[in-house]
Amino acid sequence: MSKIVNRVCAGLFLDSVILMQISRSITRLDGVEDAALMIGTPSNLDLLDNAKLLARASRKATGGDLILAVRARDETAAASALAKAEILLERPTVGHTGTTTLRPRTLRSAQDILPAANLALISVPGDFAAAEARKALRAGLNVMLFSDNVSLSEEVSLKREAVAAGLLVMGPDCGTAIIGGVPLAFANQIPQGAIGIIGASGTGIQEVSSLIAQAGYGVSHALGVGGRDLSDPVGGISTLAALAMLEADSATRHIVLISKPPSQSVAKRVIDTLAHSEKPCTVCFLGADAPSLPDNVSFARTLKAAAELATGRSSKNKRPEFKSVIPPVPPGRQRIHGLFCGGTLSSEAQVVFLDQGVSVASNAPIPGAEAVGSGTSHVLIDLGSDEYTRGRPHPMIDPTVRDEELTKALADPTIAVILLDVVIGFGAHPDPAGTIVQVVAAAGTERPIVVASVTGTDDDPQDRRTQVAKLVDGGIVVAPTNADAAKLALSCLVRDD
Amino acid sequence: MMTTSEKVGSNIRKANAEAIRRILEAKPVLIDVVPASEAIPALQEGMILHAGPPIDWGNMCGPMRGAVTGIAVFEGWATDLAEAEQLAESGAFSLNPNHDFGAVGPMTGMTTLSQPVLVVENRASGNHAFCTINEGLGKVMRFGGNDASVLKRLGWLRDTLGPALGVALRAGKGIELKPLVARGLTMGDEMHQRNLGCSSLLLRTLAPDLARTVDDRTALAEMLSFIGSNDQFFLNLAMALGKAIMDPVCDIDCSSVVTAMTRNGTDFGIRVSGLGDEWFTAPVEMPEGLYFPGFSADDANPDMGDSTIVETIGLGGFAMAAAPAVAGFVGAGTPSIAADFTRTMGEITLTQNPEWTIPALDYQGVPTGIDIRLVVETGITPTINTGIAHRKPGIGQVGAGVVKAPLACFELALKALATRLGVR
Repeated sequence: MSKIVNRVCAGLFLDSVILMQISRSITRLDGVEDAALMIGTPSNLDLLDNAKLLARASRKATGGDLILAVRARDETAAASALAKAEILLERPTVGHTGTTTLRPRTLRSAQDILPAANLALISVPGDFAAAEARKALRAGLNVMLFSDNVSLSEEVSLKREAVAAGLLVMGPDCGTAIIGGVPLAFANQIPQGAIGIIGASGTGIQEVSSLIAQAGYGVSHALGVGGRDLSDPVGGISTLAALAMLEADSATRHIVLISKPPSQSVAKRVIDTLAHSEKPCTVCFLGADAPSLPDNVSFARTLKAAAELATGRSSKNKRPEFKSVIPPVPPGRQRIHGLFCGGTLSSEAQVVFLDQGVSVASNAPIPGAEAVGSGTSHVLIDLGSDEYTRGRPHPMIDPTVRDEELTKALADPTIAVILLDVVIGFGAHPDPAGTIVQVVAAAGTERPIVVASVTGTDDDPQDRRTQVAKLVDGGIVVAPTNADAAKLALSCLVRDD
Repeated sequence: MMTTSEKVGSNIRKANAEAIRRILEAKPVLIDVVPASEAIPALQEGMILHAGPPIDWGNMCGPMRGAVTGIAVFEGWATDLAEAEQLAESGAFSLNPNHDFGAVGPMTGMTTLSQPVLVVENRASGNHAFCTINEGLGKVMRFGGNDASVLKRLGWLRDTLGPALGVALRAGKGIELKPLVARGLTMGDEMHQRNLGCSSLLLRTLAPDLARTVDDRTALAEMLSFIGSNDQFFLNLAMALGKAIMDPVCDIDCSSVVTAMTRNGTDFGIRVSGLGDEWFTAPVEMPEGLYFPGFSADDANPDMGDSTIVETIGLGGFAMAAAPAVAGFVGAGTPSIAADFTRTMGEITLTQNPEWTIPALDYQGVPTGIDIRLVVETGITPTINTGIAHRKPGIGQVGAGVVKAPLACFELALKALATRLGVR
């Protein structure tokens, strides 16, 4: 026989929502059939009665009284439920700690919250990216378009609209920018300084800005323009707009431009514009031969050279940063196999190979390099390209793709040297060196030499020093720059001869 | 030269600005209580107005059927509920949405000839809107209740309270409702689940007029007590004021502003200004809520009622920040995050109502003017605060909670608007 127990608290009012919440938790207690806490209004008395919860004595309760009503298996269960209800009623409330963190869901409400903002970073699936970018432009915002899969015609139309409004579109597929010292997407912690960077490539900007920081200099702004900006159809719209912005920026005293080899007519237009600049400029068209340049513009073959020209410092006479003992190449091994997260870093390595007269193949070959499968023995792979990243995260975020390729390469008896880049900074994996060391350790001692460099700074969340130390401890040869790593890899073979 | 899409965009912007102007400049005043037959001349014998988009007897949910049979007995069209059900089955009643007759009704929303209705006049545009008088809590027709006690109360409303309110209101200049709502928002009301502040303010305003016009002291005391003991008395008035505000907005070519949201316990339907009186419907969702003793989610009927007209004008779930306790109904919600609900509704609305402000939001106005484009773009659907009826006829309210408007209605409406405006 179940037991109904009521307690009437005279002159106690509590909000019905709180009472219903407490009722729900009491009802869930062991042995409780039903329970309710209600203010004793006539209609509530009816509800309690219909639910077989009302004790005779409680019928006299009024709208000024709180009724605790329990129907339970037995007296003990009922009493303990009532006691629990009283504890819940009296428990000092712990409010929702911390302020609410409601984030705006649209550009419109983000602008309401931050009316002075002048840039929108857009990262949505490609099909919707152009529409969002257009909204941002019409709201008077510069756009960093992180999204990829934006059509060429949309890109051109967006960039034209931006120029007409005096705005800049960075991208599409723009992974890196630093605006006034604020890193956006994949970027490094770089001190503010006098060098402005324009780049059609994310890791290119990362390597150059990191080398500038390592040399003790800083960056005013680093503006990405998207990989297709210097192609014929786009015509360098954003590059020219970014140039005008840096030209007008008094904090910028030197301009660095980084790109894959551009179309000739676009390159000419850009160089003509640079000729009118009052600032010294450095141009790095990775893989292209030096075009004829005006006096204020110098040409850099590599990212490393671009950083040196911009800072006016050559690292040639610097003492080597890390002392690595280069082990002898195991007999019978001939090939260099590069596994790169940064497409531009793979291009730079190809430049180094070609400049030393060594032929090289790549899945993303620069002019003069071969395609993979051509029989060329040295292969440098860009693991960020579509065939590796389709349906899976970019290796800079999640190293799984490279782990697999690295494991294969470590077991390949024809490979003498494995060449790696390690890109750190915001957005990148929290410990890329750690994962590489693990994979290399698993390969045992009969393995190729592994040569790497770390793109980033000591101020990055991963800390370049820590990453380098981990690699060195793990038996990996570390070079100060990506270009140096490529050179080092080649010198291993030369030494072996 | 503007492109086609820019031109359409500009037309929509202009139309929506006009919609917002009409919403904000509306001046709803409670002027009278009269029998529905007088307020709505089109009402006939055998004609029943119900909540929500159109629905026939065969598709009606339990409580809606309970209310239809109950009201048929009340109007004398059937001698008992069984006969009423047979008549309903045979198609003897003409079933129509309240919304097509300038009316709204809570939950089942029954409106028939002899029921007294509150008359709200929008003095900015001269239109009138109607809603029956709130029956109070417990077993009531709006939740599908239909026993003798329910019909008896309806009789008292028809014969005593309704006429008395009419006399008292006609003796005055009418009661301006916008200022009342403004004060209610500062007193913890959001005008859907919480109407205690406004109900009390209304009683304070009405009491002297009733005292002057009602001679029978016992009857007067009964009326004052009825209104005074019903925390939701103002709900029906809030609904009529919502309808009075929104009806003049319902025909602005190109406008993407929602003019009505409503449910019949089976379907959820919306109307959009630029699409006139066309309904866009989708299956209604189940509210998430807390239940009265003896009841659980298994007993709950899907969402129902014209009361979502209050969300359409920026109250109810849109004004959650004003009534933080209501946020406790939502799954993991706590009252301290109530403001987030209101801010989130700001993502799908065009403006704020400067006359209806919320202290806890630093006196921001309630989010006003739901734009179907913003709903579809963000995937954020209107949050609705609601009561929950028992799924079986005749039982009544079993709980209260929060429910979302289904996205599909807004998608359908947006496609229709795009077609109408020649956008592919």
